[in-house]
Amino acid sequence: MSELLRVAGITKRFAAGGPPWARRHVAAIDGVSLAVDRGRTLGLVGESGSGKSTLGRCILGLATPDEGEIVFDGKDVLGLSGRALRDFRRRVQPVFQDPYGSLDPRWSVGRSVRESLDCFKIGMPADRDKRVLELFGRVGLNPALAGRPPSTLSGGQRQRVGIAAALASNPELIIADEPVSALDMSVQAQILNLFMDLQQDLGVATIFITHDLGVVEHVSDRVAVMHFGKLVEVGATDDVMHRPRHDYTRALLAAIPRPKELQQEA
Amino acid sequence: MSVVLEIADVAVRFPGNIARAVDGVSLALRRGEIFGIVGESGSGKSTLANAVMGLLPARSTVTGSIKVNGREVVGLDDLTLRRMRGAEAAMIFQDASASLDPTWPVGDQIAEAVRAHRPGPAREARTKALALMAEVGIPDPARRYGDAPHRLSGGQRQRIVIAAALANDPKLLIADEPTTALDVTIQKQVLELIDRLRRDHGTTVLLITHDLGVVSQVCDRVGVMCGGRLLEVADTQVLFGRPEHPYTRALLAANPAAAPRGTRLPVIPAEWSVETLEQAERAREPTGPGDRR
Amino acid sequence: MSEAAASDLSVPRPTRRRASTRLLLSGGLLLGLLTLLAIAAPIVTPHRPDAIDVRRVLAAPDLAHPFGSDALGRDVLSRVLYGLRASLLISTSAVAASLLLAVPLGLLAGYFGRWVDSAISRSLDMILVFPAMLLAVTFIAILGPGGVIAAAAIAVIYLPILARVMRTSTLVVSRHEYVAGARARGASHLRVLAAHVAPNALGPVIVQASVLAAFALQLEAGLSFLGLGTQPPTPSLGGMLADGRDVLTQAPWVEIFPGVAIVLAVLAFAFLGEGLRRAFDPLGVSE
Repeated sequence: MSELLRVAGITKRFAAGGPPWARRHVAAIDGVSLAVDRGRTLGLVGESGSGKSTLGRCILGLATPDEGEIVFDGKDVLGLSGRALRDFRRRVQPVFQDPYGSLDPRWSVGRSVRESLDCFKIGMPADRDKRVLELFGRVGLNPALAGRPPSTLSGGQRQRVGIAAALASNPELIIADEPVSALDMSVQAQILNLFMDLQQDLGVATIFITHDLGVVEHVSDRVAVMHFGKLVEVGATDDVMHRPRHDYTRALLAAIPRPKELQQEA
Repeated sequence: MSVVLEIADVAVRFPGNIARAVDGVSLALRRGEIFGIVGESGSGKSTLANAVMGLLPARSTVTGSIKVNGREVVGLDDLTLRRMRGAEAAMIFQDASASLDPTWPVGDQIAEAVRAHRPGPAREARTKALALMAEVGIPDPARRYGDAPHRLSGGQRQRIVIAAALANDPKLLIADEPTTALDVTIQKQVLELIDRLRRDHGTTVLLITHDLGVVSQVCDRVGVMCGGRLLEVADTQVLFGRPEHPYTRALLAANPAAAPRGTRLPVIPAEWSVETLEQAERAREPTGPGDRR
Repeated sequence: MSEAAASDLSVPRPTRRRASTRLLLSGGLLLGLLTLLAIAAPIVTPHRPDAIDVRRVLAAPDLAHPFGSDALGRDVLSRVLYGLRASLLISTSAVAASLLLAVPLGLLAGYFGRWVDSAISRSLDMILVFPAMLLAVTFIAILGPGGVIAAAAIAVIYLPILARVMRTSTLVVSRHEYVAGARARGASHLRVLAAHVAPNALGPVIVQASVLAAFALQLEAGLSFLGLGTQPPTPSLGGMLADGRDVLTQAPWVEIFPGVAIVLAVLAFAFLGEGLRRAFDPLGVSE
């Protein structure tokens, strides 16, 4: 089956004021359904408060939805525990936005990358360090950096470490939550290139969560647009970006301050 | 056509650093124009803006000349600077929440800005504040006057900050990444607001940003900074259509919105990249474009 | 790739002498000296602290007895050293015991939140309600006087403060993405707590503990002043203060020297704690 992940009717509510006996709730995610095929990239787009990050966390198992189901490789993952949960975690890995907060400041970056190998007991302990260095090479980092603390690395380097850590367990799906938003444009370009290379070489499926439509258009096969917790549009990138059907998508596209002259040059 | 801001060969040096944060920048802003300074982190753009407002830390050294409305600002004493700030030149920052007192009503904060330079009865300041709130597009200002900042959305908070900045009709407005923290739809509205205010009041705006899209939407002219140096200055359309400096070209090409889908984005040559500059800073050796001149 | 050129980076910045270093040094030195003296008391003291000598009742300080003698002719210097020993021992063990309990409680409350947090925090709040001295006295009234009981009482009194500081810094650290990342990479809650959260969250509570040690020492002196702490014949600084009151005009040295010892010890802890706080907790999570 080419479908790797299916999310159906996910709803997650948060308490938002009111006395305990009449608590009001706000739906951060409201009945969202989508699917990701093996080896494909889905861009998940929305502004702040759209629920895209919460959805990412639900898929990763870091948050529990109130309703709906998540099916990974044909198996229901909500309510998994123990070994089955471990197995799922090994195959679905996160890349976070903040290259400064996503690595333990007291650990060397090599050790952070090795963490999933240790926790999932992948390979023999003696081989794990070698694998870490391999991963460093794959993401374009000088292996000599492995022993350093994150504070001595630049933002782009830290993000590469985060990607290396995500790749350590050979995942089939990566959930990348705003992985380039905190980076400068020149560094962003390098990291996006890296994502595209990895997709080509490793065939990893990706959910690329971002608010930046330019980025999404560049790296995704399909795009899903979220607005205030609801999924308003989903389809092939080309269709969504150039033939949007929902008003919000159109508003989003219209709001991009695009340098018009640039398109002439290209 | 009068020159509202004149920066001549300004260099800024922070104690303990060998490399200069701003290295020999010169430019002149004409009345009523929106001038964008675009650059990545560490380019010195914010430092330059802070230098104009006299907001640099006490131990930094500033050389060169900065003239706001013809008056020299470098080396001015605190009292004169304070009189200048808000009245002749005003500045707004990226995070509106950090600029607003979380416990004060937003209307009062605008009124306070009014009274800082024009002491008078509270009622007058309040009336003026309400007028400003309407002008920046806050719906139903009378009702929102007493709201605390957290009751407003991010975009509305930024509008309040803009209102406070314009309270005393400054000739120069410096906006340091004013829309970076905002959603794209709100960003567009805030930029349109700045454009409209510029036209209505004749204010000159110095807009600092890292976002080329922002620049293309509202700026008349653009300056590109990297490593403390001003590499290129041109009219917006000219810069985007016929960029001269290789860094500018690389920056424009690295924009994912510009490149065809699925292709690798061109990498900015190592000597210009932010990472090289960051590493150089940490290794405490001057490097980057400065050395190649 | 350009990253390959990113080899040797940081040259460590030269440390600047700051107020925190001076405080740390002076506090640490003083405390170290006092501790050394206290530990070495049996060797260093010229006389036995409980050696009664009726010929030297209230004798003024001289070469053989630099601090003079008390109402029973006992050497004040020796008694001060032994008393210091008791005070340091009780206050540090009280704070250490408190830390031992506070750290896990704070970790659990801050990390798991919700009902776990409510249960722990509310229970600890009940201790906070009582003024320190009152609680200590009640404790001792029920369990009887003595050095060990005093230490236990002090430990209980400071437990809520330390636990709360630990909880706060745990809350801050738990929000960092590397904690979520570790969970997603297969780490169990226990592993995350032990390997990621605790090491990063311990700073402020250690600082708070050093600051509290100063208070603990004062509390211990107060308790023994009231006769509730270390019991005679074991010398205690507070007890000596109590004894010295009656003979203050005739033989002030009986009162002054133990008093000075208390002040020095409290100062030492205070400097150390403040220096640590400035160096390691500039954000002020500790109180």
